[in-house]
Amino acid sequence: MFTIFGVPSAALFGQLLIGLINGSFYALLSLGLAVIFGMLNIINFTHGAQYMLGALAAYLLLQYTGLGYWPSLIFAPIVVGLLGIVIERFFLQWLYKLDHLYGLLLTFGLALIIEGVSRHYFGTAGLPYALPDSLQGGHNLGFMFLPNYRVWVIVASATVCFSTWFVIERTRIGAYLRAATENPTLVRAFGINVPRMITLTYGFGAALAAFAGVMAAPIYNVSPNMGSELIIVVFAVVVIGGMGSILGAIITGFALGVVEGLTKVFFPEASSTVVFVIMAIVLLVRPSGLFGRRA
Amino acid sequence: MTERVVDPLTHSQSAWRTRSETIAFAIMVAALVVAPFITYPLFVMQAMCFALFACAFNLLIGYVGLLSFGHALYFGWASYVAAHAAKVWGLTPELAILTGTLTAVACGVIAGSLAIRRQGIYFAMTTLAFAQMMYFVALRVKFTGGEDGIQGVPRGHLFGLIDLRGESAMYVVVLIIFLAGFLLIYRIIHSPFGEVLKAIRENETRAISLGYKTDRYKLLAFVLSAGLAGLAGSTKAILLQIASLTDVNWPMSGEVVLMSLVGGLGTIFGPIVGSFVILAMEYKLAFLGEWVLVIQGVIFVACVLLFRRGIIGEIANWLRIRL
Repeated sequence: MFTIFGVPSAALFGQLLIGLINGSFYALLSLGLAVIFGMLNIINFTHGAQYMLGALAAYLLLQYTGLGYWPSLIFAPIVVGLLGIVIERFFLQWLYKLDHLYGLLLTFGLALIIEGVSRHYFGTAGLPYALPDSLQGGHNLGFMFLPNYRVWVIVASATVCFSTWFVIERTRIGAYLRAATENPTLVRAFGINVPRMITLTYGFGAALAAFAGVMAAPIYNVSPNMGSELIIVVFAVVVIGGMGSILGAIITGFALGVVEGLTKVFFPEASSTVVFVIMAIVLLVRPSGLFGRRA
Repeated sequence: MTERVVDPLTHSQSAWRTRSETIAFAIMVAALVVAPFITYPLFVMQAMCFALFACAFNLLIGYVGLLSFGHALYFGWASYVAAHAAKVWGLTPELAILTGTLTAVACGVIAGSLAIRRQGIYFAMTTLAFAQMMYFVALRVKFTGGEDGIQGVPRGHLFGLIDLRGESAMYVVVLIIFLAGFLLIYRIIHSPFGEVLKAIRENETRAISLGYKTDRYKLLAFVLSAGLAGLAGSTKAILLQIASLTDVNWPMSGEVVLMSLVGGLGTIFGPIVGSFVILAMEYKLAFLGEWVLVIQGVIFVACVLLFRRGIIGEIANWLRIRL
């Protein structure tokens, strides 16, 4: 053990690790928001609720079907993704021609409904979710203790984020998606079913949020409030990064998580507000966001 | 020499429109004078505070086209400062309310000048993020009392003379503050300044090309709206003798959006009706616990999908008048 700027290395790297984990959730969620906004022109306020539903689904799968962490990591996103498809078909599809604001208001309403129902049945106290056996324990690196599960979360999120980036920017289906974002009418004229693509995009975005939720379940307790607290920070992340670039959303997410972690070490009073302060500075210096295009 | 031509049709229509507003205003005042004798005065007073809050919010969304999703910041912080001023500094209620309002104005200048640098949906997210930041600050700083809030705020003596502990004196004060705030908003909307705001709402680029410095207009509108929300929050703190985290947290921001949406965005009387409806619903359904949140959500969804005009908007559209 040694110290850096008077801080024990274990504390510093420990917070850095927590920062990276929060950053991977920021990245997954702001990525989903950006993809959904690109196709649907809607800011998905329900995103936080979908993240929470992912964690809750994992908890329920364990309680009632005995399915553990690994199956949940696949099934919970599928369930929440399907719910997302239902939401898009029943509610969102009527809003595409209206002002953006109505999309925000509608998804806010849906988030209230989901959160209210969950709170009614599960209360506001957190429900514990055990670590999977295969990821128990950790390694002592000499300057810090490295829990296996946290490494897994960071690696898995980074992989999912960059796979999403790859699919959107480098594959044929991603090319359709980007084309439909630019000019849906023209893409439809080429015989591509754009409405179905929109529906699937929303389902995919919801599934991403749920995936983050399942990974968060063993770290934080499963609580109906976990989504609404997170989504507002993610909004600030999105304002900082701008939604024009997928890679920008990922990088901004991870970077802000790290900055938040470091703040916790050196200036703990400011750790909950630092992301917002950065947002204010970015608005002053670069109003269109770090990776944003001028509107 | 040019002669001013008055189109008889539009002239008579606009006269009728102003008259419809005057009639509605008279009905509202009459209802508010009678209300304390019919229902709980405390409920009506609280509803008036929220109505003023919603009117302030509506000034931005309805007349400038800016959706602020963080108006709890101004309402809540004004409420804290007014409560602190009355309780700890021992100021008279009118000075406490003034201090709270000025706090909201100051917050509005800072948050507004940053937020108006982004348009549309980003503006909404920015305002929400700033409000959340100030929620965390309220949670941290000492004078707000953390989870307990500031309780037992004295209502005190207005101008050091009139005892506000009685419900009737308090009612008159709240009614006067509400009506003054309402008339100020009415005046703003119908002033040349308000016309420019509406031009910005309809087409900001066009307004810029006509030579208006739209950022200044937007900022001034934002600060006015924040200040009036602060006036509502301060009055609420003195009235209910408490300031708490509920006032400054994001569900409060959502609630004021809901009130305005239910009543009718961009209508003058809509937010008032919306506040009374939503608050009455919450009073009546309080026993349902968390289901109130669900009901609020359902109302949001129903309003956005089915009646975007809101209650007053639908009535005005049906009667072909402006309200």
